[in-house]
Amino acid sequence: MHFAWDAEQQTFRSTVRAFLAAHLPKDWELLAHGPASEAQSAFSRKFCGELAEAGLLVPHWPTRWGGRDAGAWTSFILAEEMWEAGEPRGGQYMNVNWIGPTLMRFGSEEQQARYIPPMARGETIWCQGFSEPEAGSDLASLRTRAEKQGSSYRVNGQKIWTSYAQHAETCFLLARTAPGRDGISVFLVPMDTPGIIVREIPSLIGEGDIHEVFWDNVEVPASALLGAEGQAWEIARTSLSLERVGIPRFALATKMLHRAVAMLEQAGRFGYGAIEQAARARATCEAARFYSYGIVDQRQHGMPTGPEASAARFATVMAERAVHEFVVEHVPEALSGGEAMLLAHHQRAIVAGIASGAAEIQLNMIATDLLKLPREPR
Amino acid sequence: MDFRLTADQSALAEAIDKLAVQFEAKPTEFRGFALLGQELDKELEEGQYFDIAQVPELGSLGAAMAVERLARVPFAAEFALSMLVRPELPGEWPRPLAVIDNGRPGRFVATAQTLLVIEGDRIGLARPAANDVEPVESLFAYPMGRWKGAARTTQLSGEEAANVRKWLRVALASEASGLAHAALASAVDHLTQRKQFGRPLGAFQALRHRMAECAVLAGGVRWLALKAADTAVPGDAALAALHAQESATRIVYDMHQMLGAMGMTLEHPLHLWTYRLKALLSDLGGRGGQALAVAEECFGDAPAALSAVP
Repeated sequence: MHFAWDAEQQTFRSTVRAFLAAHLPKDWELLAHGPASEAQSAFSRKFCGELAEAGLLVPHWPTRWGGRDAGAWTSFILAEEMWEAGEPRGGQYMNVNWIGPTLMRFGSEEQQARYIPPMARGETIWCQGFSEPEAGSDLASLRTRAEKQGSSYRVNGQKIWTSYAQHAETCFLLARTAPGRDGISVFLVPMDTPGIIVREIPSLIGEGDIHEVFWDNVEVPASALLGAEGQAWEIARTSLSLERVGIPRFALATKMLHRAVAMLEQAGRFGYGAIEQAARARATCEAARFYSYGIVDQRQHGMPTGPEASAARFATVMAERAVHEFVVEHVPEALSGGEAMLLAHHQRAIVAGIASGAAEIQLNMIATDLLKLPREPR
Repeated sequence: MDFRLTADQSALAEAIDKLAVQFEAKPTEFRGFALLGQELDKELEEGQYFDIAQVPELGSLGAAMAVERLARVPFAAEFALSMLVRPELPGEWPRPLAVIDNGRPGRFVATAQTLLVIEGDRIGLARPAANDVEPVESLFAYPMGRWKGAARTTQLSGEEAANVRKWLRVALASEASGLAHAALASAVDHLTQRKQFGRPLGAFQALRHRMAECAVLAGGVRWLALKAADTAVPGDAALAALHAQESATRIVYDMHQMLGAMGMTLEHPLHLWTYRLKALLSDLGGRGGQALAVAEECFGDAPAALSAVP
């Protein structure tokens, strides 16, 4: 065990930083206000294409799919630098982190050939059709139906809180093909299929970030089924485990904390109360960082990630909370036209305990799987 | 970064674990405040475990790992300062070590061979004679003692004092991590066995979530303690100590809530860990003191932080 970066890791980080310095526009921080906004989604296509050309979009993917088998640390260093910079990849980070790898594992040859190369070239945006109005944390109760009719399925239902839906070409859709948890299937559905209606939900977390998606008699070919009928739970568990420490939120939180402190110092307002709160937030960010690193290291060495991934996720939620509350209390002007990046961070931080699964579900998993406490009755 | 244990670290962890297991259970007849680990101390001495940090293959990270594990046993022995601070003192100073923080009673003071005397920003070292120190009764589950201020002190330079302060923080965080994990384990046992309303307490979400949050805090303390022990960076030590004291505050309160009245008894071992954690809360100025250290060591990059990303 040792905590120093090796030369290869340091070189890779420097390469990514140099790329960002060369490719982000001067006014990038003003653009970064919403990862799913019109402006950033358009920018992400150009930027991800350039990343791909430089070999920095999917270095951790197998060579067969345009990567170089670079391993989990490379992938996470890349993610840290991107998130800290305001995530110029927009929604494409999902392709890189989990949609691509999930398709590599469960997809048919035809699906892989159709969907993975455009992801590796940075050309395509996906959305995930998981949550429904009546199925949030209790995802297994989802109601959207996919009924087999000859060689195709008819999909009817509604998804909600869907990020990137307005700009996505394809949806990673969970729909019910039979009753029960084992009756849920995954479909890969082009978003321009007739019958799909996307409506943006104005929100606190930024332009274009969440949507409701209506599925009205949408005809989906049987070839769109990922894996087998009823395999969604297994597939989603794989996807979510990749996503749980997928976003290094602590990286931007730490950077924004330092920026807020610097602003306070410059204004002569970094007094003792602020110092105490800032220091606590800084320690919380550092704990989240190393919790996450612990999971990355397990992945790097091919070890299964256990309930520690939930602990890492919750530690990250605490870090986001500590920093955004610090900013609200000590640099409130950030929410009133003061500093674009602090505002962007605030909007991302407030959703940290909700997006990709409520933090309370993580606490349940920690209690049961890490502490081995008795289960709650159901 | 590579968090797999080396062969030497694995061997150390195994040996320390084997040793600690012998001291895992509180004697049932014990009803006191501080359970003295003289046998534990003797075994550590005989096995030369106090010199772990000087073994190149193990270093201070190995010492922190040992402290973290040993702090989980109910017996109290002075190993944290001996393993992590003593190797950093200028010259030869015998163990056990104890800290006198601005004249207050301290842990192991009555039996210490070397005192680290903190007065404001200064730190001095002293070799107390038997009548320079005396034991005091205390709720803290360590043998507490008072220094009568008679021994001569050797003042450390500013640089030496800063270095000692850094390693005191690493020792504090490493010990706090072990104590917090032991307190959690003790509460898990209780919540698993104790039934109310027809089911184990641990099946109630209100308690499960609090336990899970405390587990996340304790795990974070461990990460930061080990990191600081390995990097020896002053800012890492300050962050580790701050997170340890911050987390301990919450964990101590919550674990006692989990145990209810049982946790108030001297029969149950919980207090042996929670009251040691409480004793660590005031070290080096408490959370406020660590926060100032974090501000000094970690927020010194103001101009860089104001520049545009990246």
